[in-house]
Amino acid sequence: MAEEYLLQMEKICKSYFGTKVLTDVNLALKPGEIHAVVGENGAGKSTLMNILFGMPVIQSTGGCEGEILIEGNPVEIVSPLQAMDLGIGMVHQEFMLLPNYTITENIKLNREILNDNIISRIFGNNLKTLNYRAMNADARKALDSLDIGIEEFTKVAGLPVGYMQFAEIAREIDKSNIRMLVFDEPTAVLTESEASNLLDAMRKIAGRGIAILFITHRLDEVMEIADNITVLRDGRLVATKRKEDTDIFELAELMVGRKVEKLFDRTSQVKDEDIALKIDGLKVSMPGEVVKGLDLEVYRGEIFGIGGLAGQGKIGVANGVMGLYPCEGSVLINGQKLVLNNPRESMNRELAFLSEDRRGVGLLLDSAIEINIVVTSMQNKGRFLKKFGPLTQIDSPVVREHSLQLIKELDIRCTGPTQLVKRLSGGNQQKVCIARALTLNPEILFISEPTRGIDIGAKRLVLETLIRLNEELGMTIIMTSSELAELRSICDRIAIVSGGKVAGILKPDAPDLDFGLLMAGQIDRKGA
Amino acid sequence: MQNLFKSFVQNFGIPRLIILGFFLLLCVMAIILDIDFSDLMSASLVRIGMNGILVLAILPSIVCGTGPNFGLSLGIICGLLGGLIAMELTLNGFTNFFAAIAFAIPFAVLVGYGYGLLLNKVKGSEMMFAIFVGWSIVSVMKIGWLLLPFNSPEMAWPIGRGVRVTIALLNREVSQLLNNFWAFNIGNVTIPTGLLLFFVLCCVLVWLFMRSKTGMAMYAAGDNPRFAEAAGIEVDKQRIIGTIVSTILGAIGILVYAQSFGFYQLYEGPFMMPFIAIAAILIGGASIKKASITNVIVGSFLFFGILVVSMPVANAFMADISSMAEITRQIIQNGIILYALMQAGKGDGA
Repeated sequence: MAEEYLLQMEKICKSYFGTKVLTDVNLALKPGEIHAVVGENGAGKSTLMNILFGMPVIQSTGGCEGEILIEGNPVEIVSPLQAMDLGIGMVHQEFMLLPNYTITENIKLNREILNDNIISRIFGNNLKTLNYRAMNADARKALDSLDIGIEEFTKVAGLPVGYMQFAEIAREIDKSNIRMLVFDEPTAVLTESEASNLLDAMRKIAGRGIAILFITHRLDEVMEIADNITVLRDGRLVATKRKEDTDIFELAELMVGRKVEKLFDRTSQVKDEDIALKIDGLKVSMPGEVVKGLDLEVYRGEIFGIGGLAGQGKIGVANGVMGLYPCEGSVLINGQKLVLNNPRESMNRELAFLSEDRRGVGLLLDSAIEINIVVTSMQNKGRFLKKFGPLTQIDSPVVREHSLQLIKELDIRCTGPTQLVKRLSGGNQQKVCIARALTLNPEILFISEPTRGIDIGAKRLVLETLIRLNEELGMTIIMTSSELAELRSICDRIAIVSGGKVAGILKPDAPDLDFGLLMAGQIDRKGA
Repeated sequence: MQNLFKSFVQNFGIPRLIILGFFLLLCVMAIILDIDFSDLMSASLVRIGMNGILVLAILPSIVCGTGPNFGLSLGIICGLLGGLIAMELTLNGFTNFFAAIAFAIPFAVLVGYGYGLLLNKVKGSEMMFAIFVGWSIVSVMKIGWLLLPFNSPEMAWPIGRGVRVTIALLNREVSQLLNNFWAFNIGNVTIPTGLLLFFVLCCVLVWLFMRSKTGMAMYAAGDNPRFAEAAGIEVDKQRIIGTIVSTILGAIGILVYAQSFGFYQLYEGPFMMPFIAIAAILIGGASIKKASITNVIVGSFLFFGILVVSMPVANAFMADISSMAEITRQIIQNGIILYALMQAGKGDGA
């Protein structure tokens, strides 16, 4: 019975530094089957594939538990090379191609077809001649089997991304021992027609008896081609379904579904629908998080959530409004137009921003806590300075007093205001960021991924702080987060961003199904 | 007690302890070898004072994020130019000295601005770029020194065009000007009061500048450019300001150096000078990303102290190798730069 399966993964567990990311995950794959693995960001899809492919990151963090069987025989995969020997191929999300080589050369790299020549007979195999004719023929065959009309001798550099993806696939299927192909979110970077080409190619490959593991969060694609579907959530196996037994709605619910813990008991601050921030047709060219014409209205005094999957553009919104990435469109604050692409202007209009990249953008890691807290206000509002004519000096006593007060108020655990920020824990660093934003005394606070990289206890404190700011100071807070549960626990309204646009705005107590559908980009069915 | 010692070691840094140990060892050997210690002390103080401002000139470039200013030769040449103009006008004494500074600063501002613009175009590889800018300008100015219209007989070659390789300052009463100002003796050790005071004055001015609004902006731009952008600071502008300040200090530094040395050295003179200054600030505990006034002072003390003491000690051991002191200096100086560059990638975000 067991031999029927090409691959079985049983009771796979994996933890990173004490945090469990995979718990008892099972997966089984037959030859010629297309098996989709779906789940939110952080559900454990990539970790599972890294285990299967023997990526070094798994070994270097203590390996994993569980058993992997190939055709019924237990194997231990400790390196990608070994995985390839076992006939496992991987099509990466970021292309692993050499841009200045031709498609043939990329396909045949390190597996070249060689001819003897005089020198190689004396000096050995490394000096054999490449047989380009045979190699081109092989490459042609691989490309033809995908129905791709592209010339095998074109260079990879300059090809459209769709073709690069095919070059990568061709490389994998050209390997003679290939039995299983893993596609890691292959359609994420493709246009619609390219994606449908790819799906056709996947069907053809499966028709040759090669099993396919297809990782994605686009549910419509899953329903189109998968035979079986495994849903992961928070590192656990939620369900394995046959396509015939399920539909897109059930999958969406399974993917998101979790009981929303009402962490906090708060009543909405929004009395009337007084618009504090109005965004029209915002386009932000932030690499990886492109916003493509987004409209949004945020009311005064609310906590507004922006959610969505990674790469869909939710992160780009705050970065665009704050002028950190080039953007166009119209942004009105209290009905007045905001000059875009100018961080200073944004801050002068009483906006403040806590970046998702806390260590990269949010902090001066090598500087004292007090410097981090005051420097932005000093530069933009001229506070904390003593003036001597045109000359200025930092007003140390005032800086010290102000920092001590905030350290106490926000309960920043440190040895004193002169401690270097890099010596603080993630949670305390985040509080320093909040202290800096508070010093600006903003009307609207943008905060992105407020709890990323923070342990659970500190998470709660950070969220509590946000609620306090909102309730006590009446601050409008726009929170962007990948953690839907977090948004649903404190926000008044939540916009889900998909494909660079708002897919829909929901109340936090809306059903899981609605959130799931919006995140999976099913705007049409739902009607935003 | 043990903790106190540990935290002292951590703050002071092991490399500095090793170098301090080496310095003390040299001192002990000097005493054993019966070398006149008060002479060594006097010489050390003069060395620290005359080079200190050049070391200080490296500080703004590190703080603003362009890395140690290997192109300090630009500032040095501006200083020399100012000095030659003051000579041409046959000014004497303090008038000459301060006029030279006044003439040099406009050049330094212009050159620093242009150089800053260039540095902004090569973000990420400033150091490599700066080294070659420094070397190129020395070569370009070899032509410059020949063509510039200086006619004073003190400076010109007896035959042909151009100015001489070394120009004596004695006749213009500039030589040892600061060194002798308020100088006094403690035992046999001469304290060059004016020289040290001028160094301290420059340090205080830079310290005040670093605490101004502009200084803080420059600091933020150097520490984390992306943070600075987000805080509404124009990073490129701050880098240019840092480069200008560094170039100005380089110009003043060489004039202070020259008055103590007694000569202007043109042509090859400025070639390796940035390396000495950079080695000194790095030995003082600066990294290529972070530096403070303390690093400048500690570094000047250690680096030039070692040079002065090692020279007679090395000569006593190897009397037949005449250039031993110079070789020692090169080994120490370049070794320190190498060590600092190796440390460059470490400790970030730890």
